[in-house]
Amino acid sequence: MSETIINVRDLSKRFGNVVAVDRICFDLARGSTVGLLGGNGAGKTTTLGMLLGLLLPSSGEIRIFGEDMIRHRHRVLPWMNFSSPYVDLPHRLTVRENLIVYGHLYGISQINSRINQLASDFDLTEFLDRPAGKLSAGQKTRASLAKALLNKPRLLLLDEPTASMDPDTADAVRGYLEDYQRETSATILLASHNMSEVERLCSDVLVLKAGRIVDRGTPSHLIARFGRQTLEQVFLDIARDRIAASETAQ
Amino acid sequence: MSIHTKRAWVRIWAMVLRHYYLIRGSWPRLLELIYWPALQMTLWGFITLFFETHSSWVAEAAGILISAVLLWDVMFRAQISLFLSFIEEIWSRNLGHLFVSPLRPGEMITALLLVSLVRTLIGVGGAAILAIILFDVSVFALGVPLAAFFANLIIMGWSLGLVVSGLVLRFGQGAESLGWAAIFLVQPVSGVYYPISVLPDWLQPIATAIPSTHVFEGLRAILIDETFRIDLLLNAVALNLIFVTTSIFIFFAILRYARIHGQLLQLGE
Repeated sequence: MSETIINVRDLSKRFGNVVAVDRICFDLARGSTVGLLGGNGAGKTTTLGMLLGLLLPSSGEIRIFGEDMIRHRHRVLPWMNFSSPYVDLPHRLTVRENLIVYGHLYGISQINSRINQLASDFDLTEFLDRPAGKLSAGQKTRASLAKALLNKPRLLLLDEPTASMDPDTADAVRGYLEDYQRETSATILLASHNMSEVERLCSDVLVLKAGRIVDRGTPSHLIARFGRQTLEQVFLDIARDRIAASETAQ
Repeated sequence: MSIHTKRAWVRIWAMVLRHYYLIRGSWPRLLELIYWPALQMTLWGFITLFFETHSSWVAEAAGILISAVLLWDVMFRAQISLFLSFIEEIWSRNLGHLFVSPLRPGEMITALLLVSLVRTLIGVGGAAILAIILFDVSVFALGVPLAAFFANLIIMGWSLGLVVSGLVLRFGQGAESLGWAAIFLVQPVSGVYYPISVLPDWLQPIATAIPSTHVFEGLRAILIDETFRIDLLLNAVALNLIFVTTSIFIFFAILRYARIHGQLLQLGE
């Protein structure tokens, strides 16, 4: 039986009267890459925020590597990392300075060689000594990914990992993430609106709507069940409240 | 030292390094460290020169105003340095990354205090040396009590800095002006340039509830009466214990509030 890395039980988050996440339950096995799909306001970012400990749940339980994230998140944070285009690195520090600072925060040994390796992997070498605030949107996303991989995390939470990247760079980054996942057996949870990205990277997909998990399965399973050609069509069906073809047949 | 303590110090060092990089890469920030303390001291130096010939009180204790302005600046620099270092993370939308790293809030605060200490020493130390050169007034002549005054003022500055940083976390960047204004609310009742006996009767109890008041009263006791008042120092220490405990409690309570309401992800430019 595969090891469970993330275990979420009856997780809810309310902001006043608004229920952002409503009693969701899921497990993520070691070495899996799971997509978190949903429209705007579906609860993806809130879920990621709670998994990371940035947000306290209203109720429910989160265990990561077997630890209670609400009480003991600092025990597991060294093994995790996170990247989001909506959370920046300090603008006035160069990319190298940012990575050195985060390298120390994560207790990385041989920081410089790790930075050079990641700079080469993410095509950032020529930007290492440029202030992070002067990078293009795509370069910022790559710098953020480099930061997210500094500590060779066993659990990687990614929010829109290829946002603002040109198709060529985005393809290379997806390839890198596939290789990283294969080589390290890391677990990846990915929130994305890019359906072809989810189809390519994810072995499993959780579909969120109005704070609830409304469907779950492999991309091919979901496509077949909805009788569609692509995951994007499935996404639109769910967003527009069309039910799965298999359910109609029943 | 245990491995956990060593790792904690490495993380604290990382945050100090982050602020070193920031200041090193920005000449306005570098200049600002010394600019305001030096300007304030120079202004009060000239005022002192004028009062020495027009006020027996100032003439009696040469350097009383310059020493007061330098010590006031210790508290002001401590508060504003801590506040600016914290708000820098909000301006750069970096809090999300920091709080998902192994850095603990207590380690972040320790780093902020260290950065504030260095910035205060550079700013006020530079102004103190300038006071010797320009006006022949040495605050260092206070001797050992200076260290006690410095420690009390910097701790009170940090307490205020933590509270106003927390308020920005709670109310967003709209509350940023509080960071600049809060300490000036304390200044009139701290008796920086005058004894608190000049304050209205109803204001004096408030003044005596503030640690800095006892420091400035103690400063005047040394410079005018040539007496070191241990009672005033003990008052300042006791009040500072209350101030610092309360401010840490407030900061952590606001941090919890921010984690409940999702503000660690939302704050930014």
